Amino acid sequence: MSETSTITIEVMRYRPETDSEPVFQSYPVPCPKEWVVLDALNYIKDTIDSSLSYRWSCHMAVCGSCGMMVNGEPMLACKAFLRDMGDTVRVEPLLNFPIERDLVVAMDDFIEKLTSIKPYIIRKTEKPVEEGTYLQTPAQLKRYKQYTLCINCLLCYSACPQYGLNPDFIGPSALALAHRYNLDNRDEGRALRQEFVASHEGVWECSFVGACSEVCPKHVDPASAVQQMKIASTKDYFLGFLGGNR
Amino acid sequence: MSRKPYIRPMSKTSWYLRDGRYKRYMAREVTCLLIGAYTGVFAMGIWRLAEGREAFTAFMAALHAPGAIMFHLVALAFSIYHSTTWFNVTPQAMPLMKGEDFVPGTLIVGAHYAAWAVASLVILIAVGA
Repeated sequence: MSETSTITIEVMRYRPETDSEPVFQSYPVPCPKEWVVLDALNYIKDTIDSSLSYRWSCHMAVCGSCGMMVNGEPMLACKAFLRDMGDTVRVEPLLNFPIERDLVVAMDDFIEKLTSIKPYIIRKTEKPVEEGTYLQTPAQLKRYKQYTLCINCLLCYSACPQYGLNPDFIGPSALALAHRYNLDNRDEGRALRQEFVASHEGVWECSFVGACSEVCPKHVDPASAVQQMKIASTKDYFLGFLGGNR
Repeated sequence: MSRKPYIRPMSKTSWYLRDGRYKRYMAREVTCLLIGAYTGVFAMGIWRLAEGREAFTAFMAALHAPGAIMFHLVALAFSIYHSTTWFNVTPQAMPLMKGEDFVPGTLIVGAHYAAWAVASLVILIAVGA
């Protein structure tokens, strides 16, 4: 076995019952080469300071719970290898979100926005079960599949300066999910989503910085979804003058 | 238990200094100002042309001043930067599907560069360069 070095993890702490603002606290942590930031946090919680709060679940980049700022970059703590990071690693809660406690952020705003874009298949009339399933060709699936991979980890919101400047912005992943359902040939709910998608707080608040897509751990590319919806909304606008379908 | 979420303020004036991505974004956006300025100069040229031969000759002579040449070089560099940054993101805004697959992004970007080259060539031939 190789020798294990020790590194320092600086964690932003915020205990609402005692702290008026967040403070950093340093912990010495061993650094085996297979450890990620989440392992270090678990080590701290198990052996040094059980009061440290953070979200995690799967430890395999599937659940989307452990998003946080690692050395200033929004990352999943379970994908952030310590061996790539030097002797001191600074861990903070996701930017652009209110801090609930330590590394835990308040997600209420996101959940509300996610609900608003109706992220599910909407049919004008449901087909009776006995008529069978809705069929889909591989090409129809491929059209939207990348947008289904979103795990709601919120790294994109943390990377988005527009969301930071205007928290009313619906934001990258909720819009990407709206696009996912709009592109699905089984869905008929685009007109209902447009009320939010094409609003001022919708796609038009995005100025295509593109940081959301760069930090996305699942390569969803929310920026592409938003730009495509801008084009589609613009088409709607002009077709509206021609009396076309919205 | 009552909640007391802490909100970290974001600077309205210097947020773009925080991240290299934001700086690159600002560079892309700011470079359009020089394109705007060049368009102004170009419009001025058309205005002068409409005023007659003398006015247009004076305008053309003014373009040979060192400051004017410098302005055009900077405007050209900024326009190229601005245009190429947009070309490079076109596959995200306009993905194309052919059959069951997406057309590779490099082809979409390449088509923009090709169209740019052809347009430039046509204009150069038209002005007899």
